[in-house]
Amino acid sequence: MNQARVAGYEVVSRQDFSDVTFLLEVQHPQLARAARPGQFVIVMASEHGERIPLTIADYDRERGTVTLVIQAVGKTTREMQRDCRVGTRLVALVGPMGVPSHIGKARKVLCVGGGLGVAPVYPQARGYKESGAYVIGILGFRNRDLMFWEDKFRATCDELIVCTDDGSAGIKGLVTEGIRLAISKHRDIDECVAIGPPVMMKGCAEATRSSGIRTIVSLNPVMVDGTGMCGGCRVKVGETVKFACVDGPDFDGHLVDFDDLMFRLQRYRATELAATERFNENCRMRSLTGQPVVAE
Amino acid sequence: MPGDARPKKKTIRMIPQARTPAHEQDPAERACNFDEVNLGYLIEDAQLEAERCLMCPEQPCVAGCPVGIAIPDFIQRITARDYRGAYDVITATNLLPAVCGRVCPQESQCEGSCTVGDTLEPVAIGRLERWVGDMAIRERWSNVPYIQPSGFKVGIVGSGPAGMACAADMAKAGCEVTVFEAFHEPGGVLKYGIPDFRLPNKVVDAEIAKLEALGIRFECNTLVGRLFTVEQMVEEMGFHAVFVGTGAGYPSFMGIPGESLNGVLSANELLTRCNLMHAREFPDYDTPLQPGRRVVVIGAGNTAMDALRVSRRVGAESVRCLYRRSRAEAPARAEELHHAEEEGIEFHWLASPVELLDDGKRNVRAVRCIRMTLGEPDASGRRRPVPEAGSEFEIEADMVVYAIGTNANPIIGQTSKLQLDQRGYIATDASLATSIPGVFAGGDIVTGAATVIEAMGAGRRAARAMKAFLGLRDTDHLYCDAAVEPGSRMFGIDRAERGFARIRVPR
Repeated sequence: MNQARVAGYEVVSRQDFSDVTFLLEVQHPQLARAARPGQFVIVMASEHGERIPLTIADYDRERGTVTLVIQAVGKTTREMQRDCRVGTRLVALVGPMGVPSHIGKARKVLCVGGGLGVAPVYPQARGYKESGAYVIGILGFRNRDLMFWEDKFRATCDELIVCTDDGSAGIKGLVTEGIRLAISKHRDIDECVAIGPPVMMKGCAEATRSSGIRTIVSLNPVMVDGTGMCGGCRVKVGETVKFACVDGPDFDGHLVDFDDLMFRLQRYRATELAATERFNENCRMRSLTGQPVVAE
Repeated sequence: MPGDARPKKKTIRMIPQARTPAHEQDPAERACNFDEVNLGYLIEDAQLEAERCLMCPEQPCVAGCPVGIAIPDFIQRITARDYRGAYDVITATNLLPAVCGRVCPQESQCEGSCTVGDTLEPVAIGRLERWVGDMAIRERWSNVPYIQPSGFKVGIVGSGPAGMACAADMAKAGCEVTVFEAFHEPGGVLKYGIPDFRLPNKVVDAEIAKLEALGIRFECNTLVGRLFTVEQMVEEMGFHAVFVGTGAGYPSFMGIPGESLNGVLSANELLTRCNLMHAREFPDYDTPLQPGRRVVVIGAGNTAMDALRVSRRVGAESVRCLYRRSRAEAPARAEELHHAEEEGIEFHWLASPVELLDDGKRNVRAVRCIRMTLGEPDASGRRRPVPEAGSEFEIEADMVVYAIGTNANPIIGQTSKLQLDQRGYIATDASLATSIPGVFAGGDIVTGAATVIEAMGAGRRAARAMKAFLGLRDTDHLYCDAAVEPGSRMFGIDRAERGFARIRVPR
């Protein structure tokens, strides 16, 4: 019998960045060896769980671990926030999926992360740094309390611009503000990598379009298998339709139809809301009956 | 002594004239559940149907079977009430009788060439095979032969029918076999694709357990190509031979306007959510499925039938099938089509979609279609559908499912140097060897979408070639041919062959 089928994949460390964002470091030496910047995994947290795609935030080949940063927004991710403690196991973890990011010969690069997207842009920043590029990191958060990994980026990037919506840290404004700042200071930026919510990536693509900076975005649409079989993740890129799981997840941000992507992300919205509602209700019931309570 | 001679040769007039019907769930009832539709035979049904085989000397059914099961032989054993014997005969060539008895298109294979079929309805070979397979599962029969370890490690990529068949043959040849599967459960299309009412997942699990009993290991959650490459398997991981059976799972769309609207999805997505991920049991399972009230499925193959019938079962009010040719050309098995009709599926033959219409909120509202007429036969031999000018009409739909075929899965092609053909399928020679020595491929990833039994047949053919490659003894393979130098023969056997006792001759 396959070990993985029985045993699952152990969570070896966990860090909570805020009341919604948390980090899991999972033991999987083979995956840690194979992972490259830009790739993702599919996780199933429990036997009855759904398969959710998560971009690989980091990997440590010596420790044999991969790092995932998760935002508790729906039923599955909130359940993971509640249940995935050090020593617990994920039922399924498969990857690395997708075509690795192409870290080419760019000499000066913007690595832009918005919210949760800050995590997956880290391996890219490190990759570019290792290839000898001058790396400008731009990180966006709603406020100071939601910030994470500023230290990691400071250690990797040649320059770092932090943006918060309310100005509680760094500059006040969106990451697009940071991009404008960087572009005005550096006239020779070759490439921009932007990862975050679709609306943020759309903004980034717009911000770089006029200066003609090649802009790569990482898309995370609804998918089931992650191996090219369901076609749920099809996205419009220029005139063509691509499957994000096997043709991406990286695409040319200037060609991606973000409006189409945003609508398609709402496909299962009604069912998802119902599931989250039910989950919240169960949590309230538990707290009333004295059962173990969720940290909320 | 008279009367004690050989049994008289059966004639068509001596056998039961009517084909024994299988027990089936009532259409009205089954359209609301996922229990199996075809309940199969009882012992007396099997006995009666076995009587119908003429035991003709030509045995066209054996030639009609892609894996060449000794069909009259196993039927003969049913008649003799030697059921275990019947199972042994089938499993000598086909490891998964309970699966194949359910999902093979028998009408175009064994039953299609049955002699009885020239005059009456052919012998229900598929139902008999399934009956034997089910009995084996119930009685926990499995044929685990004595296996002499050969010392070879074999890796199989993909745990679908091709991979399973290849794995079984290689395990029996003494190899240490590991099957890699990207999903969290093994079985491939048998699990994610074919719904429970046609092939219950527990039947697939039972068959997989038999493969595990042969010593085969299944490693799930393993995406070969990305976690490690086929080249790494051969060069670094110590696999002496590799079989790639990753299937043709990449779904096709038509490229008409409106395909990115919400409510438009591939049959693969619908079926995977419902079958493997249990979306139909939401909220007990987390995977969502927004079932449509008015569903349109495009295509009329087996996958389309599955999508139609699944949609019906998850509660759609109307379920319609759109196909650009007529019923006669529909590629689905006759039984599936018949079952779908019984369950109240509406068929719109000779109609093709030209546009999917928006409700203003990016959800699909209707399908605009055009009527077709059949013209001259095309390359596939079927009459080419030609659109009729000015015949456009609309069908209301809040869910549109594409079941118009699939393409090669691209991952192995992206991650290895295996040579592909022009359409992206893996290029092989007649023995299913690929461009990398020791790597073989078979099933849909070589031929394009086909049937379960054809994939199994390919898995077995590849296994024969792998055995020859490894120098393992195989009754199908003649080692000592003229090409072998006399000096490298011993007692007429090629010295390169393994699995026979070696004798050292003193110099």
